[in-house]
Amino acid sequence: MDVTSSDSALRGFLHGLPGVDEVGARARAEELARRSVKADAKRLALDLAISMIDLTTLEGQDTPGKVQAMCAKARQPGYGAPPVAAVCVYPDLVPLCVAAVKGSPVRVASVATAFPSGRAALDVKLADVKSAVAAGADEIDMVIDRGAFLSGRYLAVSEEVAAVKAACGDAHLKVILETGELGTLDGVRRASWLAMLSGADFIKTSTGKVAPAATLPVTLVMLEAVRDFARFDGGRRVGVKAAGGIRTAKDAFRYLVLVNEVAGEEWLDPRYFRLGASSLLNDLLMQRVRMEAGRYSGPDYMTVD
Amino acid sequence: MRFEYAPAPESRSIVRLRDSYGLFIGGSFVSGSSVFKTISPATEEVLAEVTLGGVEDVDSAVAAARHAYERTWSVMPGRERGKYLFRIARLLAERAREFAVVETLDNGKPIRESRDVDVPLASAHFFYHAGWADKLGYAGFGPSPRPLGVAGQVIPWNFPLLMLAWKIAPALACGNTVVLKPAETTPLTAMLFADVCQQADLPPGVVNIVTGDGGTGRLLAGHPGIDKIAFTGSTEVGKEIARQCAVSGQRLTLELGGKAANIVFDDAPVDQAVEGIINGIFFNQGHVCCAGSRLLVAEPALDPLLDALKRRMESLRLGDPMDKNTDVGAINSRAQLDKIQSLAALGEEDGAVRWSARCPLPDRGFWFPPTLFTEVSSSSPISREEIFGPVLAVTTFRTPAEAVAKANATPYGLSAGVWTSKGSLALEMASRLRAGVVWANTFNRFDPASPFGGYKESGFGREGGRHGLEAYLDVVATDVAGTLGASDV
Repeated sequence: MDVTSSDSALRGFLHGLPGVDEVGARARAEELARRSVKADAKRLALDLAISMIDLTTLEGQDTPGKVQAMCAKARQPGYGAPPVAAVCVYPDLVPLCVAAVKGSPVRVASVATAFPSGRAALDVKLADVKSAVAAGADEIDMVIDRGAFLSGRYLAVSEEVAAVKAACGDAHLKVILETGELGTLDGVRRASWLAMLSGADFIKTSTGKVAPAATLPVTLVMLEAVRDFARFDGGRRVGVKAAGGIRTAKDAFRYLVLVNEVAGEEWLDPRYFRLGASSLLNDLLMQRVRMEAGRYSGPDYMTVD
Repeated sequence: MRFEYAPAPESRSIVRLRDSYGLFIGGSFVSGSSVFKTISPATEEVLAEVTLGGVEDVDSAVAAARHAYERTWSVMPGRERGKYLFRIARLLAERAREFAVVETLDNGKPIRESRDVDVPLASAHFFYHAGWADKLGYAGFGPSPRPLGVAGQVIPWNFPLLMLAWKIAPALACGNTVVLKPAETTPLTAMLFADVCQQADLPPGVVNIVTGDGGTGRLLAGHPGIDKIAFTGSTEVGKEIARQCAVSGQRLTLELGGKAANIVFDDAPVDQAVEGIINGIFFNQGHVCCAGSRLLVAEPALDPLLDALKRRMESLRLGDPMDKNTDVGAINSRAQLDKIQSLAALGEEDGAVRWSARCPLPDRGFWFPPTLFTEVSSSSPISREEIFGPVLAVTTFRTPAEAVAKANATPYGLSAGVWTSKGSLALEMASRLRAGVVWANTFNRFDPASPFGGYKESGFGREGGRHGLEAYLDVVATDVAGTLGASDV
């Protein structure tokens, strides 16, 4: 039986998933956060983290100038660092980004579906997605209807994700769970499975507009979900994107350790793990410069864009 | 992508080990007649020479403790005793890194554990009991409970500093003085603790530390000048001491072995249960008396749980205990490794199926890979005897009643674990398990405020919490001396 066929089938399936003990999950995330990443491991982790960044700006005050500068930095972060995975912007800025990153491996991601609240009619959301795809977005970051999820209308959430997936065409679909609004880690696990069952290529923690955004325990639970979904009958390998609040190289390493030890090394790849961030890149670059030069520089030596 | 963590060894430079250590008697280090060497079990390197306490050494330590008890400690107001304990607690916290490094060198446990568990908890025990020192009249043992006198304390090698704290902190808070005998293979943190006692200006003779082997422990436990014996260690030695005390009339508390059941129901939070099972049996290489060495799984949950457990065991990092990323360290001694190996071999002969994580073992030192046994019969030594190593016996059950029956079917009764999402089931199980500590959806959690101790052959008496004070107090109806408990508040 297809578990996404009805509300009751979905409810039965999602509520049949093993529960999450919050205290235990937090303790495990804390334990992994104490791993020590030094020397060669640090060198590798710095470049890996850079290559996993979705360099993001999602502000009402975004201008072509700002976005162009960000795209330039995404292609060439400088200091010998590899390009980032993607740039992430609002739909109206997609054409500009497509032109700016042309000829580089950097992909263009666009938020859509009435981001960040998701409060619009389905046809409006789909139009939002289609316009971004038509403008050349390689990846779509949609938000789920948290109101529907929290009131137990799982089928509505599932159908919406499936409809957006269909509207995406070849573009990759990242489904934002906005875990800061879900309240429990049980909710995070259920939302993760719901999104994966409905066609998500990626599950993403947050919009960055709600606090708390990405946290280690939430990401731990999502990584467990993608790991289990890959082994699940009819499952596949889904990616995870941690977004919001990841600012330092040390933060980024903690996420990489989590990916490594929870989901496994198969996920240590920009195709399966992303970090949605803006200021993180400069801290990674600063650490990179320090590794090369043997001493710290300072924020004044990093470019502002 | 392969992500190997580069070696991240904790620096040894914070520690200056002496070449040899004397006995700590009457507030200073004194030499004895013979010595033995203590080694690092991870490398077999000799760390230092330690004194082997003999008859005269034990005599003089007990005499020093008696003198300090009568002249100083038992007549000192509780709030003054408390100040010394607070001072010791702070010094332990301040010198935490030093203690962690020495503990890991001498014991073989990962630095992650000595740094995050052993040392902070040891300090916490002193803080906790420091607070009791001037409030004993409110502990529920009468308005003015009295100390017992001189306590002889013999501790094991699995948590050398933490067991020292569990023994010394309550004894001192209650007004007793102590003679402590650390384990033969792990004397060094006790020697460092002696240094802390000096640094804290603790009156001479209140704490005396006599290193040595089992013979030294026997001398101490059988000493007529001792009013109270506290022993943590094997059930075999515990029984011997109990026989002795039955004749001498000395007060006794015993914290002995265990063969704890970790019970996983089919509605358990699986990922956290896996962590709890790992923590229950591989924490401190399984050298834990309350280790969850018997895994009882609801039959429908067995296959997925075993898959997840094995996958998780493969990710355990075994190796140099000084590396901050090491999860599983060295077995404490050659003798203990031999014991683990022979019991594991017996299990295989008995038909149990052995599975070990594929981790390379270092060439030098004492090592045993994280291992589990399935298809274990309930009569197998694997499921009966305390292995005290990283070896888990996995069996199944059908109903809660069967889980209780199987969990209780052991001569031991120290701890148990229950994993379920249903609160009422966890409480019901806790009320029916005959074990001193029952953990629900967690394992191996310790807190100075929580009493720890066993049923049946796991011993008697409690350590920690208000209950733990009873082991070092006499209940008297009137305040004769006017110096203790409520009267001096």
